[in-house]
Amino acid sequence: MSEKVLMKGNEALAEAAIQAGCRLFFGYPITPQTELSAYMSKKMPKIGGLFLQAESELAAINMVLGASAAGKRAMTSSSSPGISLKSEGISYIAGSDVPAVIINVQRGGPGLGSIQPSQADYWQATKATGHGDFQLIVLAPSTVQEMADFVGQAFDLGDKYRMPVMILSDGMLGQMMEPVSFPEKGDPVIPERPWAACGHGGKRPHNIVNSLYIEAKDLEKTVVERFKKYDIIKKEEQRAESYLTDDAEIVVVAYGASSRVARSAVNSARAAGIKVGLIRPITLWPFPTDAIEATVSTAKKYLTVEMSMGQMVDDVKLVINGRAPVSFFGRTGGVIPTPGEILEEIKKLND
Amino acid sequence: MNIISGKISIICGHYGTGKTNLAINLARDHAKLGEKVTIVDMDIVNPYFRTSDYRKILEEEQIEVIAPVFGATNLDLPSLPASMYMAFEKEGTVIFDLGGDDVGSTVMGRFSERLQGREYEMLYVVNKYRDIDCSPQSTAEILKEIEAVTKLKATGIINNSNLMYETTAEHIEKGYSFAVETSKLTGLPLVANIIRRDLMSDIKRIPTLKVGEIIPVDIIAGPSF
Repeated sequence: MSEKVLMKGNEALAEAAIQAGCRLFFGYPITPQTELSAYMSKKMPKIGGLFLQAESELAAINMVLGASAAGKRAMTSSSSPGISLKSEGISYIAGSDVPAVIINVQRGGPGLGSIQPSQADYWQATKATGHGDFQLIVLAPSTVQEMADFVGQAFDLGDKYRMPVMILSDGMLGQMMEPVSFPEKGDPVIPERPWAACGHGGKRPHNIVNSLYIEAKDLEKTVVERFKKYDIIKKEEQRAESYLTDDAEIVVVAYGASSRVARSAVNSARAAGIKVGLIRPITLWPFPTDAIEATVSTAKKYLTVEMSMGQMVDDVKLVINGRAPVSFFGRTGGVIPTPGEILEEIKKLND
Repeated sequence: MNIISGKISIICGHYGTGKTNLAINLARDHAKLGEKVTIVDMDIVNPYFRTSDYRKILEEEQIEVIAPVFGATNLDLPSLPASMYMAFEKEGTVIFDLGGDDVGSTVMGRFSERLQGREYEMLYVVNKYRDIDCSPQSTAEILKEIEAVTKLKATGIINNSNLMYETTAEHIEKGYSFAVETSKLTGLPLVANIIRRDLMSDIKRIPTLKVGEIIPVDIIAGPSF
């Protein structure tokens, strides 16, 4: 690993994409992700890459589709309202079976909402990023180091499964600075893309990248095949961090920025003698059902903490399936919960 | 610490070099000495972690805070209050905390004529550990861009080389060499080295640390978890 330096989360996302071999970035500015685009605009021209500020979010995501279809590593980034605009293109990318990395540095919503950090796009990312039957792989970093680490992993997962991957971050992680290091520079291994529509001089059959099907039966067959792939991903790619859960009677479930606050609260509660642990989902889709299932034998109560009115809590309830009470604490609109507030909730459950 | 006493001081630098944390610490130190202190948040670029986010703790110590009208709210609107003019007429110590790089510093250019013929300090904050491409050369280049847009000349360099809570004596030593090199390249004096208060005992073991005042600071700006 390289010597550690201080970077904002947004900058770490950008640098990591460049180090993963991404040379094509299509964006449109929006707070609180702008540092990512700014970084790309400064650095891409110096290394023979392309930074393009599109005329709109719709244009940017369709440029990503085009670049990915031509077999290149491409990325776009935005924040909540911009992701809504990109959702049509994301559906097209999923329907075309091409990889792409999409960054969402979430802010408060709905509508224009606020520019403060939020986690209110969980449903959008994991269940309804666009129209049609499809899923994205969704990774949720909680530190600037993970912002850097997950970008390369997102590109690799996208290539492995030929599908779009989203990094669901938030304004807090995007704007905060932390020490971060990158792997020693070496050329990233980018797999061959025999399916790419990139010109062949008549030497092989024509490749077509497309999401339109003339016959309903053909579309059904493709979607069913895609869902078989999703089943493999659900089995193989779940990731979560379990913290002090071995003997935990209360298990807090939180991801991203709110997991940092929850961890502080768990530490304080442990110091007060409460048997509490934390599960931090890293993949939001596939949801880490195995890690949560592993706690069911010891945990008596669950508490989900989010910066929303409660979205991931539904997925926790699906895993627990009535075997223990699942409660929720959240702040929304761009307000970040405090460790003290979460500690109070843990204490209430312990009484 | 008398580098800024009773003067107009402008703190500038690359994004994330620690300008805001330094400005808050300097303001509190001078207020504790009984000076009248005004702090001016001139950042209209950064949405979070700005001086005006810490208004409450500053005002508790009788430090006056002047900030953009919609700073630290949901309005991403770069507008300045009329009270910003007053900052140039205040008595005592006045600290301007600029936004990062040339883009964030541009707003100062709007007011530079108010400093014509007046004594001021423009302190350029540097951090060796900020960004992966950071070098004394790139740091010197950024200063030229800042000077061009502020229409002001920097008067000194402040070494704030740190890796936040992971800073060690080795980082301080390497950061110092970096600052000395930057000082040579820019022709500006290295006026101070900023050291996290709990690391103050470590610096006694660094014999090379000779030039510039040592200013201990607490980490105030940034998230608490």
